[in-house]
Amino acid sequence: MNREIVIQTERLSKHFGDFVAVNEISFEVYAGEIFGFLGANGAGKTTAMRMLCGLSIPTSGQARIAGYDVYKNTEDIKKNIGYMSQKFSLYEDLTLEENIRFFGGIYGMSSRQIKAKSDALVEKLGMENETKKLVGALPLGWKQKIAFSSAIFHDPKIVFLDEPTGGVDPITRRQFWDLIYEAADRGITVFVTTHYMDEAEYCNRLSMMVDGAIKALDSPANLKEQYRAASMDEVFYEMARGAQRKAD
Amino acid sequence: MKDVVLEHITKSYNKGAVRAVEDVSLEVDKGELFGLIGPDGAGKTSIFRILTTLLLADSGSAAVHGFDVVKDFRAIRSRVGYMPGRFSLYQDLTVEENLSFFATVFNTSIQENYDLIKDIYEHIEPFKKRRAGKLSGGMKQKLALCCALIHRPEVLFLDEPTTGVDAVSRKEFWGMLRRLKEQGITILVSTPYMDEATLCERIALIQNGRIMSVETPDNIIASYPHALYAIRSENMNALLHDLRRAGEVASSHSFGDHHHITFRAGGEEAVQQNLLQRLREAGHRELSLQPIRPTIEDCFIQQMPA
Amino acid sequence: MKQFLTFVRKEFYHVFRDRKTLLLLFGMPVMQIVLFGFALSNEIKNARVAVYDLANDAASRRIIEKMEGGGKFEMERKAWNREGVEQAFREGKVKMAVVFPAGFDDDLSHLNHAQVQLIADASDPNTANTLVNYASAIIMDYQRERMQAAAIPVPVSTEVRMIYNPELKSVTNFVPGVMALILLLICVLMTSVSIVKEKELGTMEVLLVSPFHPLLVIISKAVPYFFLSLINLTVILILSVTLMGMPIAGSLWLLYGVSSIFIMAALSLGLFISNVTHSQEAAMLISLLGMLIPTLLFTGFMFPIENMPLPLQVISNIVISKWYYIIVKSVMIKGLGLAAVWKETLILVFITVLLLTMSARTFKNRLA
Repeated sequence: MNREIVIQTERLSKHFGDFVAVNEISFEVYAGEIFGFLGANGAGKTTAMRMLCGLSIPTSGQARIAGYDVYKNTEDIKKNIGYMSQKFSLYEDLTLEENIRFFGGIYGMSSRQIKAKSDALVEKLGMENETKKLVGALPLGWKQKIAFSSAIFHDPKIVFLDEPTGGVDPITRRQFWDLIYEAADRGITVFVTTHYMDEAEYCNRLSMMVDGAIKALDSPANLKEQYRAASMDEVFYEMARGAQRKAD
Repeated sequence: MKDVVLEHITKSYNKGAVRAVEDVSLEVDKGELFGLIGPDGAGKTSIFRILTTLLLADSGSAAVHGFDVVKDFRAIRSRVGYMPGRFSLYQDLTVEENLSFFATVFNTSIQENYDLIKDIYEHIEPFKKRRAGKLSGGMKQKLALCCALIHRPEVLFLDEPTTGVDAVSRKEFWGMLRRLKEQGITILVSTPYMDEATLCERIALIQNGRIMSVETPDNIIASYPHALYAIRSENMNALLHDLRRAGEVASSHSFGDHHHITFRAGGEEAVQQNLLQRLREAGHRELSLQPIRPTIEDCFIQQMPA
Repeated sequence: MKQFLTFVRKEFYHVFRDRKTLLLLFGMPVMQIVLFGFALSNEIKNARVAVYDLANDAASRRIIEKMEGGGKFEMERKAWNREGVEQAFREGKVKMAVVFPAGFDDDLSHLNHAQVQLIADASDPNTANTLVNYASAIIMDYQRERMQAAAIPVPVSTEVRMIYNPELKSVTNFVPGVMALILLLICVLMTSVSIVKEKELGTMEVLLVSPFHPLLVIISKAVPYFFLSLINLTVILILSVTLMGMPIAGSLWLLYGVSSIFIMAALSLGLFISNVTHSQEAAMLISLLGMLIPTLLFTGFMFPIENMPLPLQVISNIVISKWYYIIVKSVMIKGLGLAAVWKETLILVFITVLLLTMSARTFKNRLA
């Protein structure tokens, strides 16, 4: 299979003083793939993700994101990715419409483009009656859906999702994954972290980080077979239990 | 003896605009490990704050360890342990300083109740000189639990202690809670993770400020009204789309590597075979369909108002 | 009691581990004092002086000559008129004007008495003061010359007019001002922010749900800042004595006593702000806008209150730092005792009690 590679890292590392947060990780992610990035707290996920988003310069190693170098072209990287985290997603004191317009605006889309796309988006989410409402007044599940839609509003090559479904009710969580699949079908690569192990199953491939290194990388089915586990939960537990690093 | 009692508690914010808790009644037995299961915004935190005397309910009454939450709030405050959801300790104090500070505030010392926290504290003791801000999520939760336990409370309130904590730390954390329960402490814990529900003795499923059911996890699962099946094929995403279009399928939700479905009007053998046949014709390979026991998450979804 | 002490110790940890804030706390007063010390230095060279000589006789010419001689003044001798002098002042072209009335020498010789007018730009009070002093000395010198020649005393009286800042507010006023400002800043800002921080962290919830009396939580947060303020006060005083050469005329005890009352007032204000806000940003904004600006405006060390419109003068009475400033000025500079400032002290105590009640009243035992 000859697929376009959108994320490529080679022995990518990040040191903070003596501490090796990310230790020579090498992997590839293909266009349109849903790539799960798992690991225990403190395994180095956040640090790695920051480097991939162009927010943090690596200590050593190579990485190309959407074809751009993580050392030299961080600004180009930012133009070609979307980002959504559980903590910051939207401006609560702006309306739904204003939020979308803002996110379109910072990626340099024209007003007409923004208008056309946001109308389509609002219709798809079924939120026609809420466009003038402050986002803060909307239910959490809706906010997460809007946040995701804003993150891919400018059609980025890759979207990074940092625990996007934390605390969301089970139905909204599944609707959220419908959105993820839809984005992947459009060719957007989805790079996602989660603490829900059932969600790990929804990914095409998974990587497991332990103590700053990638300890396993494969499809959920292969990982389960490899670890002779019935569920991803067991795989994760088996792997993370061996972690040395716990308190950082 | 009931250690926690809520009767028709209602709480709203912004002059009634946001109805956080609506007519919630429940009872927790002494020594019970009780779980409030529901997503963010379901009203879990409001219920905890009412019980820990931090918030006044609009209507209804509540009592903890026999004391009224309004009249006897002082008595309650010296008898409960509380770990708020966003509780993050003093980042600039060390592990040891945090713990001894809370011990003194609760009029005790680390030594006095060390046997109670020993199990948990041993995990973090190697880092006792480290500032709390430099601990990992799992470690912080353990330290926070130690701080909430240091005065040997009668009732322990843990508001989403495992949110944002990885699966391994979560498992450890629940192990600790079970050992605490054995010491006779009543524990009320809330969580948005449905898989943790089975670790409680009894649970309340809560959504939009309302309690949907209060039961043991087994009874909640047993009362699931439909026959539930797990289905899978090679292309799970396409399968989900096809299932949604199938008329005989009443509900379909993805659960890890399977989709859970229920059939309209029972789901007799013939209906199932017909569905599989059609799916095969639609190009699905390696199809499998088998009856399964529902999980709490299935029950939650089923009980959620449409 | 042990609980309380542990609490206070914890607060000190917070303070000392936040190096940047600590540096700011102690750096700020030092910076301000040093800056003003240099900005208000007294060295004067070649100050331009407008000579408005209506007499143009031997005596006036002699005085002008003498003034020119010292290198301090640069005399602008041209056909000035009143408007010209005023304009030169406005444009900052001259720092001082010397006005000799017509018939100056005649007056001296026949009436045995004459007047010279010195007009100085007092928007820079120190310079103005120094210029006038130099000029007066030179005129005195001229008198001595004439006396030796004439054997009878020839008094020349200099009439001094300070324009733009008639009260010559300067460094002496500045030190008490800095004291009021710094104490207010530390107490109000730091206390309110540190309490609101606990609300944000969620630790406040745990402390409320503890047998420890909630009011004690608040009080123990104020203790470290009380001591820090006293230390800061001492630093300011030492600097003003050593660096600015400004002796403390009155009782040191009285000064510290009054300052302690003022600190308490400021702390209660900080507690009050923390009671009504929920984020550090809000607390900081209210403290800065609500405290700093009124202090600068209405205390009297930057802008004279007497010159303000009446409504503003009335408002200035509720600005607590104004009273503290008056007391400190009287004690420190004029060397007055409590007998002279009891009224202001009483007002200070009254406001303090008011603020304390206010913050105790608004303190919530619960979250909402």
